[in-house]
Amino acid sequence: MKPAPFDYIAPESVEEALAVLAEAGEDARILAGGQTLSPMLNMRLVEPAVLIDISRLPALDYIRRKNGHIEIGAAATQNALENWPELAAQAPLLAQALPHIGHFQTRNRGTVCGSLAFADPSAELPLCLALLGGEVVLQSASRQRVVKAADFQLGMLSTAREADEIISAARFPVAEAGAGYGFAEMALRHGDFALAAIAVKAGKTGVRIAIGGVADRPMVRNFPAGIEGAALDDALNDLAWDLAAADDPHATARYRRELVRRLGRKTVEEAKSCRV
Amino acid sequence: MPRLKAGEKSRISFKLNGRKVSGDAEPRLLLADFLRHEIGATGTHVGCEHGVCGACTVRLDGVAIRSCLTLAVQANGRRVDTVEGLAEEDGTLSRLQAAFRRNHALQCGFCTPGILMSLEDFLARGGEPDEGEIREMLSGHLCRCTGYSGMVRAVLEIVEEMHEEQNA
Amino acid sequence: MLGTENQTNYIGKAVERIEDAALLSGQGRFIDDLPTAPGTGHAAILRSPHAHADISAIDTSRAEALAGVHAVVTGKDAELWSEPFLVGVRQPMQHWCIATERVRYVGEPVAIVVAESRYIAEDALALIEVEYQTLPAVVEVMAAMAADAPILHSDVGSNLVNERQFNYGNPETAFADATHVVRASVRYPRNSCTPMECFGLVAEYLAAEQSYDVLANFQGPYALHPVMARALKVPGSRLRLRTPADSGGSFGVKQAIFPYIVAMALAARKARRPVKWVEDRLEHLVAANSATGRISNISAAVAADGVIEALELEQIEDCGAYLRAPEPASLYRMHGILTGAYNIPHLAVTNRIVLTNRTPSGLNRGFGGPQVYFALERLMQRIAIELNLDPLDVIRRNLVPAASMPYRAAAGAVLDSGDYQACVSRALKDGGLAELEARRDAARAAGRHYGIGFAAAVEPSISNMGYITTVMTPEERRRAGPKDGAVSTASIAVDPLGAVIVTADSIPQGQGHRTVAAQVAAEALGLRPEQITVNLEHDTQKDGWSIAAGNYSSRFAGAVAGTVHIAATRLAKRLAEIAAPQLNATPEDIVFSGGRLFARDNPDNSLSFGRVAGAGHWSPSSLPENMVPGMRETASWSPDQLVAPGEDDRINGSAAYGFIFDFCGVEIDADTGQVRIDKYVTMHDAGRRLNPALVDGQIRGAFAHAVGAALYEELAYGEDGSFLAGTFADYLVPTACEIPEPLILHHDSNTEATPLGAKGMAEGNCMSTPVCLANAVADALSLDEIALPMTPSHVTEHLHGAERPPSTDRSEAPAQTLPGKGRGLTGSGASLVPAPPGQVWQMLLDPDTLAAIIPGCESMERLGENAYRAVAVIRIGPIRGRFKAVIQLSDLDAPHALTLSGSATGPLGSGAGSGRVTLLADEKGTRISYEYSAEIGGKVAAVGGRMIDGAARILIAEFFKRFAAVAGGTAGETVSLWQRVARLLGLAR
Repeated sequence: MKPAPFDYIAPESVEEALAVLAEAGEDARILAGGQTLSPMLNMRLVEPAVLIDISRLPALDYIRRKNGHIEIGAAATQNALENWPELAAQAPLLAQALPHIGHFQTRNRGTVCGSLAFADPSAELPLCLALLGGEVVLQSASRQRVVKAADFQLGMLSTAREADEIISAARFPVAEAGAGYGFAEMALRHGDFALAAIAVKAGKTGVRIAIGGVADRPMVRNFPAGIEGAALDDALNDLAWDLAAADDPHATARYRRELVRRLGRKTVEEAKSCRV
Repeated sequence: MPRLKAGEKSRISFKLNGRKVSGDAEPRLLLADFLRHEIGATGTHVGCEHGVCGACTVRLDGVAIRSCLTLAVQANGRRVDTVEGLAEEDGTLSRLQAAFRRNHALQCGFCTPGILMSLEDFLARGGEPDEGEIREMLSGHLCRCTGYSGMVRAVLEIVEEMHEEQNA
Repeated sequence: MLGTENQTNYIGKAVERIEDAALLSGQGRFIDDLPTAPGTGHAAILRSPHAHADISAIDTSRAEALAGVHAVVTGKDAELWSEPFLVGVRQPMQHWCIATERVRYVGEPVAIVVAESRYIAEDALALIEVEYQTLPAVVEVMAAMAADAPILHSDVGSNLVNERQFNYGNPETAFADATHVVRASVRYPRNSCTPMECFGLVAEYLAAEQSYDVLANFQGPYALHPVMARALKVPGSRLRLRTPADSGGSFGVKQAIFPYIVAMALAARKARRPVKWVEDRLEHLVAANSATGRISNISAAVAADGVIEALELEQIEDCGAYLRAPEPASLYRMHGILTGAYNIPHLAVTNRIVLTNRTPSGLNRGFGGPQVYFALERLMQRIAIELNLDPLDVIRRNLVPAASMPYRAAAGAVLDSGDYQACVSRALKDGGLAELEARRDAARAAGRHYGIGFAAAVEPSISNMGYITTVMTPEERRRAGPKDGAVSTASIAVDPLGAVIVTADSIPQGQGHRTVAAQVAAEALGLRPEQITVNLEHDTQKDGWSIAAGNYSSRFAGAVAGTVHIAATRLAKRLAEIAAPQLNATPEDIVFSGGRLFARDNPDNSLSFGRVAGAGHWSPSSLPENMVPGMRETASWSPDQLVAPGEDDRINGSAAYGFIFDFCGVEIDADTGQVRIDKYVTMHDAGRRLNPALVDGQIRGAFAHAVGAALYEELAYGEDGSFLAGTFADYLVPTACEIPEPLILHHDSNTEATPLGAKGMAEGNCMSTPVCLANAVADALSLDEIALPMTPSHVTEHLHGAERPPSTDRSEAPAQTLPGKGRGLTGSGASLVPAPPGQVWQMLLDPDTLAAIIPGCESMERLGENAYRAVAVIRIGPIRGRFKAVIQLSDLDAPHALTLSGSATGPLGSGAGSGRVTLLADEKGTRISYEYSAEIGGKVAAVGGRMIDGAARILIAEFFKRFAAVAGGTAGETVSLWQRVARLLGLAR
């Protein structure tokens, strides 16, 4: 299980990285933390002509507050975000979700933007981005554009990123005053991909829920602020059916729907209870 | 840094356990393979090559990472620490190593080097992890021999010792 | 003297391991750590992506032409230089080390590349072209026995390759007279112990001597050495097999490296250089080894008080694609002890061995025991429930009484020792059953799902080399000659300076054999364990061994350590004879202590151990009369009680039998169905414990394996034989978060079955724990039946009742999902195109249209009428792969319907599918509707199980989307159909 041959370049600037990418396009892959890409290289599921390693570009290695967002550069690791001192206050949802991503050892290297780029339907960070209505900054040699979460992840492993773009940053809105957040996931073992993951924001004007691991991308739905009891169960039940769950070797579609109903309800209640 | 061409070897140097080492690697060579087969540091083992089992864990600039998901070229000019660097020069086992032996925390010992390197990073970050946190950290490793109880006990002992030292 | 006193210095003590210092500091000597000769080639294996296919052609020319490639080996080379492996039953089946004409499981080796590096060898694999004619596959044993099943081995004519029936006592009468008959049917899944180190070897062909020299992390049994030598067509002496000092676990699994030893020996011969092969994890999971899957139908004739009069057992064994030696041993290891820990006089058994398109089965910790006890102990619970008795009472009323020891079981096992009732009583008391029951009652009162399970098991150790012949009829056995016994060999030597070296045939896999052997030798010689050097690397040309050598059937403590003891005791006796005259004492009075020898009543007058032992080297003339010179003792031991199966088919399959009694409490999360082990108690009688710390370590390890088997692990297959668990993200080995700490209790009995009184104990929890947990889950949820692994998804099938339907006033219909059938994908869809059916029909039959709608089509050529060959690059997210596809249109019903079918293969795997396309005239044009089914196999299925269905759906949807677009675009589209086709073709070209 060894990678096929490729060229390797560790550019010294973002500009240089984008120039190489502009030239190589589809034949290039961006290497950041490598926690998803490297296994695929080892298994030869991916055979790029060139790897562009942005993991050590200082210009991309940052976490900062900016315009009501937490902006996370492409080289910032999940571990760095986990240890960001303001995390619990500014992004309680991320603080809850991060420990579920892989393991200590993989978060040490895996990046926040890399997780978004791969667009795994079960991954936690795309789920959080979708729930919070965050955005992704896409940069190419000739342009920069900002794409909303809802327009970014298009389906199973596919995103709106063009071949000449890198995700230079992700922006997660900071916690809304008065809103409560909840996160729950069911994985077979600690650190596994979620059979279903649920993120909830209970705000003043509504309850917003996002489900990962069931459909081909995180699915978001808005419920009325006061939803509870049978109405909540009804809404979750319809949501569960709408996700078009499929069987796989680890769980049946029906099981995933039950998780949406049951964990969904618990998570909504949890989010409501921590509304301040 | 120039573009390294597929199939062409370049010189890679880094500090391994405090000593400079170098060897030749083509871009695709995994750090685990470079350590083992170019440098001859065979203490780091390869168990899955897809980042799940943790046997190949080493410290890169102090941080525990999978050496099967890292390219040798990525370690160039940096600091790599492996299991070979844990004991004293005269072979005296480190506190962590000794706790592993005392608690029968290993059997075949194949997964152990990676676990030790993870723990070195984990324990260096301070705090007083409880059993749940220790198990969570260890869940980044697979061991088929021990059922993990010996290593959990060993780490709890170390944490307790560190706690007593801080209070002393 | 000689360690026979009750007081010991080292035996029975928790001595720290002598292995650990090296292993903890990166100085282990595992196979891939060892130096290799200059020029050694590195091998990679091309494996079948198909579960069942004929190989019509292999073209290795491009691979051979790649720079750095030394040789490519195929089945042709195997036919030239080797023979098929011997098979344990008389059937015309051929199992070669590399597939010759047909592949029968996903992952079967088809070609081997030897190159300068593993990286280049893998590059070359992608250049080998294999043409397969796929055949229907069969993966379930019941389907495999059906009259119309695809046959794996044509010459056998059936997948049922052996069937035997046994009657012990008078089961028919017992069942006819029974007050109650209680039945259970269970299925044990395929799983594997997956050691952290995979297979590894270095093979060399010594042309001048026409012999092979292989260093491999093989674990035995060495009964496989003759199998390998015969396959290589050399005398055993010309297959030198060596093992490295360290092995990264095995648990039985590394038995199955032996076909690769033969294959790589051939590769070395062809490449004319040593060849190294290190199996990777994907190879390991897909093709290394598996426990047998088994269906068991068990019934008991029971009296009203729960006493069992008779058992009837039908076992249907899934051995996979080949009956690979030592199979069908999984089925017969437990044969003599099918009645478990119970006194059941009458027994009827039917055993069926079935082949399926799965990886061949083999040794895995517990070997046959997990399957047997899953049936037997589930039955015990069913008896209690159906007769309204306490499950503990049912167990206790049937246990073999202590007074009956040694006890001859119905099928022939001779239980050597033990007080099972006492073990149970102590376990219940010391393990706190009363408290556990209170926890259960409180949980249930609060509406939670809590259950308690029990299991009792007899754990066999030190296998009788003859048990496997129980598969033969007495008549066949008479012709074949007797097979029995279990020989162990150990040597102890003292060097001229008095240093002691022990060697033995235990082939350790990480358990700490060196430590225990040092304890045993130190005890006998009055030395400290660290003064004993133990080297357990093994060399078939130089070390003592017999067919029973190796690390399996828990033979170390009972057999090998016992043999070390015999050798050390003999050496001590000689040393005592040398020392006695010098100390004015008789040999019997000599005491060994602290590195010195002295007479029991005169410790002040002593001789150093080194000086006494050195005489054997420095001054043979001073040795007592008739004593042989030199200072080496080699002992071989075989248990007398292990005789061949009798005319009555009774077999004592093992030399010693330990006892286990487990109970546990589990709670099941009402929402997620997750099983949480609240408490687990395991009581063991393993005879004398030579090193209690290592004993508990083995118990914990077996328990962890068992928790995995019970709750997480399965080598999953699709209905088409595709393999679905190729990574450690798919094959779920429990981590530190999933394994609780069991409470381990001991109640040691004395046994004379082994030299030191030790019995095996390293497999027992693999036998007792899965069923104990299953009984607890069944208790919690009041289930009659329960399947392994008890994943949350399975468990909730019993927990959540009927599913709530979607609300009726919803705008969209609920998505259709069909029950999981591995990689069997089905789906349907429809689209409307603004063209009449006749025009759409013509387009469908036009190859240019087809080329335009196949995603990523690079080229297409016509093979025949409505049949095409295409090359397409398929991409899903970052994944990209080139596939060769064959596409066919059939069942044409112009202009109404046709079937579109195809298959594709490439380095990433294979896919096949068909769809029925129907055209219906509509006022706006044509309504095209389609229903499809597809199957995906090979690498993508094995490593991408979680996402591959979704990815395939994307591709299929893409195909029909393109078709709709080609056929008419959207209603407002002004571009003509043909312009659009041309544009797409332009893009495609």
